[in-house]
Amino acid sequence: MEIEVGSIILAPGYEIFQPQIQSEYGYKRFSNVVTSLEFERILSASGPYRGEVKRPSDRKTPKRIAWIQCIGSRDTAVGNTYCSSVCCMYATKQVILAKDHDSELEATIFHNDIRAFGKGFERYYERAKNTPGVRYIWSKVSILRELPGTKNVVIRFRRNSTDTELSEEEFDLVVLSVGLTSSANIRELADKLSIELNQYGFCNSYPLSPIETSRAGIYVSGVFHAPKDIPDSVTMASGAASLSAQLLSERRGTLVTEKEYPPERDVTGESPRVGVFVCRCGTNIARGVDVPRVIRYARSLDNVVHAEENIFSCSIDATTQLCETIKEKGLNRVVVAACTPRTHEPVFQETLREAGLNPYLFEMANIREQCSLVHAKDKMAATRKAQDIVRMAVAKARLIKPLKQLSMGVNRSALVIGGGVSGMVSTLSLAEQGFETHLVERSEALGGIARRIHHTLEGEDIQTYLQDLITRVYKNPAIQVYTEASITEVAGYVGNFTTKVTVGAEKIVKEIAHGVTIIAAGAEEFKPTEYLYGKDSRVLTLLELEAEMTSGSERITQCNTLVIIQCVGSRDSERPYCSRVCCGQAIKNALKLKEINPEIEIYLLYRDMRTYAFKEDYYQKAAEQEVKFIRYDIDDKPEVEVIQEKGQAILRVSVTEPILGQRLVIDTDMLALGVAIVPPTDNKELSQLFKVPLNEDGFFLEAHMKLRPVDFATDGIFMCGLAHSPKFIDESSAQAQAAASRAATTLAKDFVTAEGIVCSVNENICSGCGVCELVCPYKAIQVDKERKVAKVNEALCKGCGSCGAACPSGVISMNHFKDEQILAQIEALMA
Amino acid sequence: MSPDKFEPLIVGFLCNWCSYAGADLAGTARIQYPSNIRIIRVMCSGRVDPLFITKVLRTGFDGVLVSGCHPGECHYQTGNYRARRRLAITKKFLEYIGIEPQRIQASWISASEGAKFAEVVNEVTQGVREIGPNKLFAEEGNGIKTTGGS
Ligand SMILES: Cc1cc2nc3c(=O)[nH]c(=O)nc-3n(C[C@H](O)[C@H](O)[C@H](O)COP(=O)(O)OP(=O)(O)OC[C@H]3O[C@@H](n4cnc5c(N)ncnc54)[C@H](O)[C@@H]3O)c2cc1C
Ligand code: SF4
Ligand code: SF4
Ligand code: SF4
Ligand code: FES
Repeated sequence: MEIEVGSIILAPGYEIFQPQIQSEYGYKRFSNVVTSLEFERILSASGPYRGEVKRPSDRKTPKRIAWIQCIGSRDTAVGNTYCSSVCCMYATKQVILAKDHDSELEATIFHNDIRAFGKGFERYYERAKNTPGVRYIWSKVSILRELPGTKNVVIRFRRNSTDTELSEEEFDLVVLSVGLTSSANIRELADKLSIELNQYGFCNSYPLSPIETSRAGIYVSGVFHAPKDIPDSVTMASGAASLSAQLLSERRGTLVTEKEYPPERDVTGESPRVGVFVCRCGTNIARGVDVPRVIRYARSLDNVVHAEENIFSCSIDATTQLCETIKEKGLNRVVVAACTPRTHEPVFQETLREAGLNPYLFEMANIREQCSLVHAKDKMAATRKAQDIVRMAVAKARLIKPLKQLSMGVNRSALVIGGGVSGMVSTLSLAEQGFETHLVERSEALGGIARRIHHTLEGEDIQTYLQDLITRVYKNPAIQVYTEASITEVAGYVGNFTTKVTVGAEKIVKEIAHGVTIIAAGAEEFKPTEYLYGKDSRVLTLLELEAEMTSGSERITQCNTLVIIQCVGSRDSERPYCSRVCCGQAIKNALKLKEINPEIEIYLLYRDMRTYAFKEDYYQKAAEQEVKFIRYDIDDKPEVEVIQEKGQAILRVSVTEPILGQRLVIDTDMLALGVAIVPPTDNKELSQLFKVPLNEDGFFLEAHMKLRPVDFATDGIFMCGLAHSPKFIDESSAQAQAAASRAATTLAKDFVTAEGIVCSVNENICSGCGVCELVCPYKAIQVDKERKVAKVNEALCKGCGSCGAACPSGVISMNHFKDEQILAQIEALMA
Repeated sequence: MSPDKFEPLIVGFLCNWCSYAGADLAGTARIQYPSNIRIIRVMCSGRVDPLFITKVLRTGFDGVLVSGCHPGECHYQTGNYRARRRLAITKKFLEYIGIEPQRIQASWISASEGAKFAEVVNEVTQGVREIGPNKLFAEEGNGIKTTGGS
C-alpha cells in the first residue's frame, strides 16, 4: 500500500529493559522476583490475580515487598548509562497503590537518587516516604538467594551510608524497577526514513526544538525522543501535531470529513426510561464500593429500566456498547456512575449524540473521586453513599430536558501572554499556521529568563537561538507585539474574548479581540535569604555565576575553589516542589568552569542529583572530572559562615560527609546556590482576570495532568512553559508547540458551540422588577422596557444561575439546574 | 459503627469550577474524610437559592455546606459574593425560627485545595455531630433518614 503524506510523526515508543536470566537479580530463576511491569499487572483489576496483590510462588499476599531501582538504567555494565526518568515515580506510585491494598504492607525501596522532578511529584514522594511502613533506603543491593521452603528472597544492602557492615533482610516479593530502552528494530525504521539516532537508539532531534528530527517534515514524540512520562509524552504529541499543521497549513481541512450524527430522537411526551451504568474503574471504584450491590439497588429505583456494570465505562468498547444499549432498550435518560463529570461528562455526552439522544439527557454520579477514593476504609459506608449518589442522579435524570446549543462564530486570532521562549514559540507556531496572534509582554523586551542563560547542558548557544526567535517574531506580519504591556480587563469566552491592555510608558489602552488565550507568563529566580546570600558578595545564584562566567570576570578565572549548594528554596516545607532544572544547571556550570580552569576544585552539595534521561551522562562526566559530589540531608543542611583569619574574611562551608559521617569544612572562594524557580507574584492577578486556577505552589493548574496537560478547564485558554511548572528550555519549547496545537484546534473551527446551560424566564409571571439585571455579570438578562418582562440573551448567558437565585418571583429557571431538579435531588436523599 | 452513635447527614452545594474541583482533587489524592456528606453540584455558588437551604433543613438533614471559589475567583465574577450575602440572610432567618447556626456553613475552596475540602468536611461533620440531630421540623413528619455516614 502507498500513502501520500506531507509530514510524518514518529511515536514508536520503547521497550522495557529485560533483565538477563544469568543476571545478578535472579529474575526468572527466583519465582518471587518480578519486573515492575509485571507488578503493574499484578496491581491491575484485569491482571493475573484480578486486582489482588499476590505473589507468584504461592499466590499469597506478600507482607514485605522490596523495590530495586535503576535496573538497566544508569548502568555502564549493560550499556545504558542514561536515566529512565520514570521509574522513581512509578515505583512510588506502586508503593502507594500496594499500601492502599494492604495497609499492613512493609514496603522498602532501594534506590540511588530519587528523581521526583515533575509537577507535583515531590509532594507525592514525600507522602509515600512519610507513610508508616514505607522505607526509602539509599543503597546498592545484591540479591543473595531464594530460601528453599518459603521462596522468600534475601537481599543484602547497607542500612545507612555510614554503616561499615552490610545487612541482610528477607522479602516476600521483589520488584525490579526496570528502565526504558529503545525498540530492537528501530534502526531499520530510522534508516528507511533517514533520521538520526543517538548512541542509545533514541531519536536525535534538534536540541532546542526537540520535536523536529534531523529530517524536515518528520517529527518525533514520546519516549522515542527520550525517556519521559505520560504528561510529557502527551504534551510532545500535541506539539508534533502543531508542527505538522504549520507545515501543511495551506491544506488544512481539505481531507476532513465531518462527523455525522443521527438525527435527534424527540423524547417529549415519553415517560422517563433511565439506564444506569456503574463503572468499576478497574479496581478504583470496585475496591471501595460494592458495585454489584449498587447495580441491584439501581434496578429497584423508579423509571430505571436497565442497569449494568462496566470495567471501564469510558473505554471504547463500553461506550460503543452503551450506544447500542440506548437504542436497544429505548433509553431516554442515561446515568453513568463513575468518576467526575468535570473530566468525563463530554465523553458520554458524545455517545448519547451517537445514539440519537440529546446530550443533555445525561447525568453523572460521581462515585469515584467523591466516594470510593475518599472513604476507602469503610466499604459499607461508601457503598451506602454510592447508592445515595445514584439515587440522586436518577431523581434528577427523570426531570432533565433536552437543550439546544447555540453555534457562535470564532474570532480566528490568539492572545499570548508572556514573551519568553514559551510565549514566542507558541506565537510563531500559531502565526505560521496563518492565525493572527497578539503577543503581550510586561517588560520592555522579549526573551524572559532565557536572556540570562547562555548555553544549555548539551552545549547549545541560547543567545543565538533567542535572537533568531525574536527576529522571526518581529518579522512575521501576522504577529502584533506589545511590550511594557499589562492586561487590565478580560471579557468573553472561547471563540470571542475581548481583552484590554495598556501598552508602553504612555499607557495607551488597546482592546484586543481574540478567540483563544495562551498563558506563558513564566516564572522567576528565587532570591534566598540563607547561606549569606545578599550579605557576602562571594555568594551568588547559579544564574549570576553564569553571567560572570560569560563576561569572563577575574573572580572566575582566579577562582580555585567553588562550592555549589543545591535545592536552595526548593523541596522544603515552604516550597515542597523540585525546581527541575537546577541539578542540570549546576552540572552545566561545573563542567564549563572545569573547561575554563581545569585545576578548580568544585564541591557540589546536593540532596538528590536529578539529572534525568540523557543528562545523566553529564553527571557522570562531571564526576570523572573530579567534581566532588557530597550528599546532604534536609535536616542537616550545610552551614556557611565568614571567619576572620590573618586579616582575611574567609568564606567557610561545612557539611556532614555522608559516608564517614564527619563534618567536612571547605574554605571557598565562591559559593553558588542552585535556587528555586518561583512563580511571579502577580500570577494571582492573571488567574483572577481569566478565572483560571493556580495550584498550591502558585503555578497554573491544568485541566487534567495526563489527559489535558496544557489546557485549562475553561475552554479556549491554554498554558505553557514555566507558567505551568519549572522545566528546561527545550521542554518549554515543546510545550509551547503543544499549547499552540491545542489553541489551533479551536481557531480552525468556523463555529464553537456554546454551552446549552442557559436560563429562561417565564414571561407570564415575571414582574419586570429588574433584580436579575442587576445581578447578572454578563448583561445577559435585561428587562424589556415596553413589555416589562425580563429577556435572556442566550448567546451572552453563561449559565451561572445567579439571576435565578435572586429573582423574588421565582420565575427564572436555570436549564439543567432547575429548582425542581435540585429539589428532587434533595428529596431523593431522604427516600 | 455503633447503632446509637449519632451520624449526621450533611448536604453540600459545591460550585463546579472551584469547590467541586477541590473535592475531586481530594479524591485523586485519596485524602480520607467522613462519608456523612452528599454533594450537589451547581455551576456557581450564586445558584444556591435560599429555598434549597430551607428545603435541606426542613427535610430533616442535619447540616448544609455551601462552598464556592475564593473571593475574586468566581468563574462568573461575583456569584460567590452574592451567595455569601444571601446565605447570611437565610441563616439569620433560620436562626430566628430555631435552627442552630452551626448547621449552615460556608467555605471557599479552590480547585487545588483538596486537603482543605477534606478538612472542611471533617469540621462541619464534627460540628454538627456535637449539636446533635436536627429535630426542628420532625413534627412535620419529614425527618426520615436512612443512610448516614461512617
Ligand atoms: C533560575 C532559573 C534557571 C534556569 N536554568 C536553566 C538552564 O540552565 N537550562 C535550561 O534549559 N533552562 C533553564 N531554565 C528554564 C528556562 O529559562 C525556561 O524553560 C525558558 O526560558 C522558558 O521560559 P518561559 O518562556 O516559560 O518563561 P519566562 O522566560 O519567564 O518568560 C515569561 C515572560 O512573560 C512575561 N510576563 C510575566 N507575567 C506577565 C503578565 N502578567 N503579562 C505580560 N507578560 C508577563 C515576563 O516578563 C517574561 O518575559 C531556568 C529557569 C530559571 C528561573
Ligand atoms: S534514577 Fe532514573 S533510572 Fe533510576 S530508578 Fe530513578 S528514574 Fe529510574
Ligand atoms: S537542585 Fe533543583 S532540580 Fe535538583 S533536586 Fe533540588 S530542586 Fe530539584
Ligand atoms: S444565568 Fe447568569 S449569566 Fe445567565 S442571565 Fe442569569 S445571571 Fe446572567
Ligand atoms: S463559580 Fe465558584 S463560586 Fe462562582
